Amino acid sequence: MPNTKRSRLFKVAASAVAVTLGATALAACGSEDKDSAAESGPASLTYWTWTPGMDKVVDLWNKGPGKKDQITVTVKKQASGDTLVTKILTAHKAGKAPDLVQAEYQALPTLVSNDALADIAKNVGDAKDKFAEGVWQQTTLGTDAVYAVPQDIGPMMFYYREDLFKKYKLTVPTTWEQFAGTARQLKKVAPDKDLTTFSANDSGLFAGLAQQAGAKWWTTSGDKWKVGIDDPATEKVAKFWGDLVKEGAVDNQPMYTPAWNKAINTGKQIAWVSAVWAPGTLNTAAPDTKGKWAMAPLPQWSNSENVTGSWGGSSTAVTTDSQHKAAAAKFAAWLNTDGDALNALAKEGGIYPASSSAQLSGAFTTPPDYFSNQPDFYGQAAKIAKTTAPSAWGPNVNVAYTSFKDAFGAAAKDKSDFTAALKTMQDATVTDMKKQGFEVSE
Amino acid sequence: MSSLAVQKVPSAAGTTGTAQGRPPLRNRIALVPTITLLLGAIYCLLPVAWVVIASTKSGSELFSTFTFLPGTGFMDNLTDLSAYRDGIYWQWMGNSALYAGLGALLSTCVSAFSGYALAIYRFRGREAIFNVLLAGVLMPPVILAVPQYLLLAKADLTDSYLSVLLPQILSPYGVYLARIYAAAAVPADIVEAGRMDGASEWRIFTRIALPMMVPGLVTVFLFQFVAVWNNFLLPYIMLSDDERFPITLGLFTLLEQGANTPALYTLVITGAFLAVIPLVALFLVIQRFWSLDLLSGAVKS
Repeated sequence: MPNTKRSRLFKVAASAVAVTLGATALAACGSEDKDSAAESGPASLTYWTWTPGMDKVVDLWNKGPGKKDQITVTVKKQASGDTLVTKILTAHKAGKAPDLVQAEYQALPTLVSNDALADIAKNVGDAKDKFAEGVWQQTTLGTDAVYAVPQDIGPMMFYYREDLFKKYKLTVPTTWEQFAGTARQLKKVAPDKDLTTFSANDSGLFAGLAQQAGAKWWTTSGDKWKVGIDDPATEKVAKFWGDLVKEGAVDNQPMYTPAWNKAINTGKQIAWVSAVWAPGTLNTAAPDTKGKWAMAPLPQWSNSENVTGSWGGSSTAVTTDSQHKAAAAKFAAWLNTDGDALNALAKEGGIYPASSSAQLSGAFTTPPDYFSNQPDFYGQAAKIAKTTAPSAWGPNVNVAYTSFKDAFGAAAKDKSDFTAALKTMQDATVTDMKKQGFEVSE
Repeated sequence: MSSLAVQKVPSAAGTTGTAQGRPPLRNRIALVPTITLLLGAIYCLLPVAWVVIASTKSGSELFSTFTFLPGTGFMDNLTDLSAYRDGIYWQWMGNSALYAGLGALLSTCVSAFSGYALAIYRFRGREAIFNVLLAGVLMPPVILAVPQYLLLAKADLTDSYLSVLLPQILSPYGVYLARIYAAAAVPADIVEAGRMDGASEWRIFTRIALPMMVPGLVTVFLFQFVAVWNNFLLPYIMLSDDERFPITLGLFTLLEQGANTPALYTLVITGAFLAVIPLVALFLVIQRFWSLDLLSGAVKS
C-alpha cells in the first residue's frame, strides 16, 4: 500500500514511545519465543471469530477431520464490527495476525488491499459450486484469486405485523411504490402509527437497499477505482426514503434504541425492512408480539423484477501471516461446506448459511421459533436468497459507512434533502481513497 | 470523580452551619455551590441509577416497562451471566482485578521512587526528565496503544497478561503527582537531618519520606486503578484470547455478537452494574486516607 504518510507518522509515534517504554522492551527481550515451535508437522491454528458457540463447532473439527490431519484449531472469540478489521490490520502490521479470521464481505477489499489475506484459490476452488454465484463473487473481488470462503449471508426481506395489517386493511406491498402507498394509507387510518422508520445508524441497511436497486458503489477499470455511491440507482433509493421521511409517512428515529424496541413491541411501528436474521432481533426487541409477525420478499422497483439486497453476512479468510495456509484453508472449506459443521453452526451460532444446500436442511427444515406461524419461513428464505443482487465493495467501506451515518443521520433528523447527504457520502469516500493513495477516476 | 464531588457536599454545608455571624449572607452564598454540586451529583448518579434499576429487569421487561421501575429478573440475570460460557464473566472480573490491582500497585511504586527522586535529589537533566514527563501527561494513552502493541509484538509478548500490565506501570501523571506531593510533604530539612544522623538514603526514603507521602500515593493508586479498570483500547489491541480479557472487553464482545445475533443487553447491563461495585467499594474503603489528606493540608496552612 502506498500509504507512506501514515506509516511515517507511525514511526515518529513509535520512536517517541520507545523512550518511555525502554525499560519494558529490555525486560521483554529475555523472554523465550514460544511461537517458533510451529514450523512443520502438526499444525496449530488460531481463529478470530465472533460467532457465538464457534468453539463447539471447532470441537467437531478437532475431534474429527482435524484429528486425522493433525490440524488443531483454537477459537479466540472477538467482538464483531469495523473495530475487528482495525485490530486484524494492526496485528498484521506486527506480523501477528491469527491464521484464520472471520470477516464481513464488505471488509474483504480493505483486508486484501492491506495484503492481510492470502489467496486460497488452489485449496478451496472446489467449494465454489456450493454457493450462489453472487455470494461467491464477493470473496474473489472479481479476480481469479479466492480470499475467503463464504460463511453466512443476510438476504433482505420485508417483515410486517400480520394481525395489524389485517386490522388496518393493508396489503403487503410487492413494489416500493405500493410500499409508499401502504405507509400513507396507514397514516390515514391510524395517524399515530408508522409503517416503519428510516434509520441511519446501520449503514448496511441502506447499502443493501441500494444494492437491490442495482447500485455498484465501487468498481475498477484498469488500475483505477470508480466510486459510484451517488449513481442513479442509489439516488433513486435515497430520494424515495427522503421523500417518505419528509412527508412524515415513515418515522425518522434510529432503530435498535430502547424507543425503537418499544415501538416494535407495542405495534407503534408495524413493519421492518430487514434480513434473514431478523427473528433473533425481534425476539429481543419485541418479545410480546411473537407469532404475530410474518415475512415477505422485499418490495421491488418494478413488477417484472425479483431481486433482493444483502445486509450482513461474513466469511472465513486465511491471513498472509499464517504459517500453515493450506491447513487453514482446508479448515475454512470444511467449516462452511460440511453438512455437520453447518448444522452445528446454525444450532450454536444461529447463522444463516451461505452454502445453498445447507439452507434447506437440518435446522432450516422448521421455522424459527418466533415465526412458528409461518411454517415455510426458511423455504421462502432460500428462494429469496437466490435472488440476491451482486455487490461491489471497495477498500474503504468503513469511511463510506461512517459518512453515511453522519450525513443521513442529520438529514433524517432534520427531514432535509437525502440526495445532498448522498453527495456528501460520495465526496468523503473519494477524498479518503485519494488520501490513501488509490487512483480514483472521476 | 463523581464521588469526590458528592463527598464535598456535606462538608461545605458543615462549614456554613458552624460559622457564626451574618448567617443570612453566608447561607445565600452556600446555596449556589450546594445546588451546583447537587446538580452535578444528579448528573453523575442518574446513569448509575439507570444501570442499577435496569439490571433488575428481565429481557422482556427491559424495554417495555417504565425506565425507573425496578424489574423482577435480577437473580435470573445474575444466574444467566454466571452461566454464560461457563462463567467467563467472573474470569474477566478476576482479570480486571489483576490488571488494575497489580498494575496500580506497581505503578504507584514506580511513581513513588521517581517522584521522590525528582523532588529531593539535584542532578543533571532533572528538569529535562521532568519536562518529558509533563509532555507525557499531556499525551493521551490512546495514542500510544498501537505503537506499544508493535513494540511488544517485537518482544513476542502480545496476548499475554504482561502485555497489558507492562505499559501501564509507568504513569507520567502518577510520577508528576508524586513529585509535587513529595516536594510539598517531605521537607528538605528532615532529609538532611536523617543524613546527619547517618541513615542511608534507602532508609530515609522508606522510613521517613514514604510515610509522609502516603496520602499522595493513595491518590496515585486510586487514579491508576480507575484508569486501568476502565481502560479499553490497550487490552483490546493487545489481547486476542478472551480468557485474558478484562471486563471492559468482555462486555464489548457480549454487545457485538454480529448482525445475526442480538446483543445480550440484560447480561451486559447486569455485568456493567457488577463491574462498578469494586470501584465504589474501593473508594469507600480508601476514603479515610483522603480525609487524612485534607486534614494534613489544613494543619499546614
